[in-house]
Amino acid sequence: MKWESVIGLELHVQLATRSKIFSGAANRFGESPNTLACAVDLGLPGVLPVANEEVIRMAVMFGLAVDASIAGQSVFARKNYFYPDLPKGYQISQYELPIVSAGRVQIQVDGTTREIGITRAHLEEDAGKSVHEGFTGSTGIDLNRAGAPLIEIVSEPDLRSAGEAVALMKKIHALVRYLEISDGNMQEGSFRCDANVSIRPAGESGLGTRTETKNINSFRFVEQAINYEIDRQIGLVEAGQEVIQETRLFDPDRNETRPMRGKEEANDYRYFPDPDLPPVVIDNDYIESVRRQLPELPEQKQQRFMETYGLSEYDSSYLVANRETADYYEAAVVAAPEQPKLVANTVMGVLSASLNRENLDIKDSKVSADKVGNLVIRIADGTISNKIGKQVFESLWEGGGDVDDIIEKQGLKQVTDSSEIGRLVDEVIAGNEAQVQQYRNAAPEKRGKMIGYFVGQVMKKSKGKANPKQVNLLLAEKLEK
Amino acid sequence: MSGYTLAELSRLLRERAISSTEIVKSCLERAERHNGALNCFISLFPEHALEQAKAADSIIAAGKAGPLTGIPVAHKDIFCTAGFKTSCASKMLDSFIAPYQATAMAKLDAAGTVMIGKTNMDEFAMGSSNENSFYGPVSNPWDTERVPGGSSGGSACAVSARIVPAATATDTGGSIRQPAALCGVTGLKPTYGRVSRYGMIAYASSLDQGGPIAQTAQDAAMLLGSMSGFDPKDATSADVRVDNYLDALNNDIRGLKIGVPREYFTPELEQPISDAVTAALSLLEQAGASVIDVELPHTDLSIPVYYVIASAECSSNLSRYDGVRFGHRCPEPKDINDLFCRSRGEGFGDEVKRRIMIGTYVLSEGYYDAYYLKAQRLRRVLRDEFRAALDLVDVIVTPTSPTTAFPLGSRIGDPVSMYLSDIFTVSVNLAGLPAISIPAGFSAGLPIGMQIIGNYFQEARLLNVAHQYQQMTDWHKRIPGGWQL
Repeated sequence: MKWESVIGLELHVQLATRSKIFSGAANRFGESPNTLACAVDLGLPGVLPVANEEVIRMAVMFGLAVDASIAGQSVFARKNYFYPDLPKGYQISQYELPIVSAGRVQIQVDGTTREIGITRAHLEEDAGKSVHEGFTGSTGIDLNRAGAPLIEIVSEPDLRSAGEAVALMKKIHALVRYLEISDGNMQEGSFRCDANVSIRPAGESGLGTRTETKNINSFRFVEQAINYEIDRQIGLVEAGQEVIQETRLFDPDRNETRPMRGKEEANDYRYFPDPDLPPVVIDNDYIESVRRQLPELPEQKQQRFMETYGLSEYDSSYLVANRETADYYEAAVVAAPEQPKLVANTVMGVLSASLNRENLDIKDSKVSADKVGNLVIRIADGTISNKIGKQVFESLWEGGGDVDDIIEKQGLKQVTDSSEIGRLVDEVIAGNEAQVQQYRNAAPEKRGKMIGYFVGQVMKKSKGKANPKQVNLLLAEKLEK
Repeated sequence: MSGYTLAELSRLLRERAISSTEIVKSCLERAERHNGALNCFISLFPEHALEQAKAADSIIAAGKAGPLTGIPVAHKDIFCTAGFKTSCASKMLDSFIAPYQATAMAKLDAAGTVMIGKTNMDEFAMGSSNENSFYGPVSNPWDTERVPGGSSGGSACAVSARIVPAATATDTGGSIRQPAALCGVTGLKPTYGRVSRYGMIAYASSLDQGGPIAQTAQDAAMLLGSMSGFDPKDATSADVRVDNYLDALNNDIRGLKIGVPREYFTPELEQPISDAVTAALSLLEQAGASVIDVELPHTDLSIPVYYVIASAECSSNLSRYDGVRFGHRCPEPKDINDLFCRSRGEGFGDEVKRRIMIGTYVLSEGYYDAYYLKAQRLRRVLRDEFRAALDLVDVIVTPTSPTTAFPLGSRIGDPVSMYLSDIFTVSVNLAGLPAISIPAGFSAGLPIGMQIIGNYFQEARLLNVAHQYQQMTDWHKRIPGGWQL
């Protein structure tokens, strides 16, 4: 039987506010345990939460970016359960009336565009962390993260493959970074994914029993976890067994999901509106004021890149995938306004390769955008060849400096003087008698391929600096004699 | 100097006829002498109080005194006081010292009041008799075999026995007004949002409200003026201007329209109380007020609605007492669940556990709609009935409690009869309205309280009516025997 997978994601995105969602404590990662937890975060008696207005603004911004409806009145609710790193014994979240609902985004997979529904996005506070390392017979609690603002984004079960799920996750990741509402740092837990997966016979419309795999913190793991779940569920059903509705965890070391026990099994959360917090009331004027703050979003930017810079769909979609890359690209184009395509090639080629090699973000690139622009200008005006361009880029990457200085000091300027090139061609012809003979005896249609050998020799002699076009022409001419 | 009202002490202090240190010493001495019999204080802070008094005296000497500078007060042990134990009368918080000051406390500090001590109460403000305290019951100064009412029994008792001129208290379903009535003192529950709840340990967040207990309406006005106001640390606090309550006290009440809901004059209401309220209404009519009937037809639902909502909120509010970060922790927990279960099992008293269980039940999946949601709907019905009535009249007058102080132990085994003690007060909290209880007579030597309910943020009107009544009567001046000054 052919199976179809049905996937929905829940993305927990930490918002990049200065202070926490309901207290004045700083919202930062990486500080000593419990140094960023104030009385409100500790859940001490008598203290009260007060909603951070910045959090509301960010949620509205997200809602507008996914074409969702913004609730005129949304309500904070308490989700009640006991857990040692949940200070109040309840988490303040939103339940029946979330701030954002009924949105949509477009994803592209294998050249096909699909629209994925965003069921809702609601605000909530993060819990603290239990620390096991360094404790024996007891557990430590770090409440620095307690009260960090989260927006939980829930998609419709519109996704049909792990690839689509990853595309959605990447799309939302790019979006929150474009909007500057989250740093999206997955290692630090600022962007986490729960994946709901079920299968059904292809073509059916009912839903199978789903499992929820929680807290996956990389694109690759999401793909692996979902593929594992799909295979596991198909295996079960084909063996005549049933999928059990449960919460699972992904183990990247063993590339498998396993049922999660304890914490949140069979809990009745007893949600009810939080009496400490009045409803969040948002009027149209406010929504419009936030709309005016919206930056250019990836799709708009891609459209503009294609129109303004004449880039292909592929190149433009690569460049707008994150805001930093797009900004870098445009800064480089400012330095080389005549060469948008060549700039794109350089950013997507040598720059991206170097960044990958050293596992750096583009914002930490060792070569600035204007230098990439300068480099492109020198390639375009024929001062250096493409190949030498790579060499110059490497020099910039390793030791910094100025493009023209490097070309000058390393003597990389392209040789375009035809007498100089002619001399090198003569040397090569004189030094390769056998090959020349072979060439001259060959049928004309085979010569095209054979000439490459001589071009290589000339280029080698010129240390790559000879203009390859001129070398080709001169060789062809002189070999004919 | 005990027995003086707050207003009198304020005048004497500024006339330099007496010093704050002298007053505070006298209060402390009286507290130490009588606390054994009354048990109205959980903590006394003699050293701290004398330091504050000394500081107040120098402010007075410098001519910079405000009306409350140097006035001793007692605080219900539900308000967090930085550096001083705040127990909420629970074993759970027997060792808890908050690192922050409740906003109401900070405001009274800033006004120059002196904290004598923290008063006894029902555990987490849950009770109507002050018998649910980890520190033992409080006695009624009028008859030590009887309850002072609750949950602010300690505050009402301390004012009634003239240990302090005034005290702070809180009211979730009647916890200021009912003990004020049973102890023969004046107690005001302000409009929800008038006094900040920050640092006031939560029982039922949508109902809790702090306020004063004092001998007179005038004293209550002085204290309330300082406690009130918008607080950015409490999202439910109201950004509404605080009236000058003292200025309004002497307004004429001619033409005042008083509504009387017949629904409050039930068979359970003791006849002498009904008679006392009727007599008080006649007196107010003689002073130029008119009395008309108003309807509050769903009053009988207020007790079940209250116990569903208050219990639901408390079941969640009290989840933070888990033994992990502060408060009572059981010895040698086996694992985290054992730590949760035993810490809470050992730390909470029976009434608290009962309400946590009721609250957990009414919020449970499958019961939420039938209980919590329905109660919220009825809460709106009750509120709308009050609004409609207050469209017709300026204030509503009712008895505060259906009975006078009842004997210690007489209801503690019967929660429902205990809950009915608050039948005339809870609906006011559900509606979020302000109300005051003032002494209005005696029955068999026990005080009777009369409740005056006003519209939102009309505390000035309530205090005005209460003050005018107190100009015509002396019930509030009577002091229980046995605590001679």
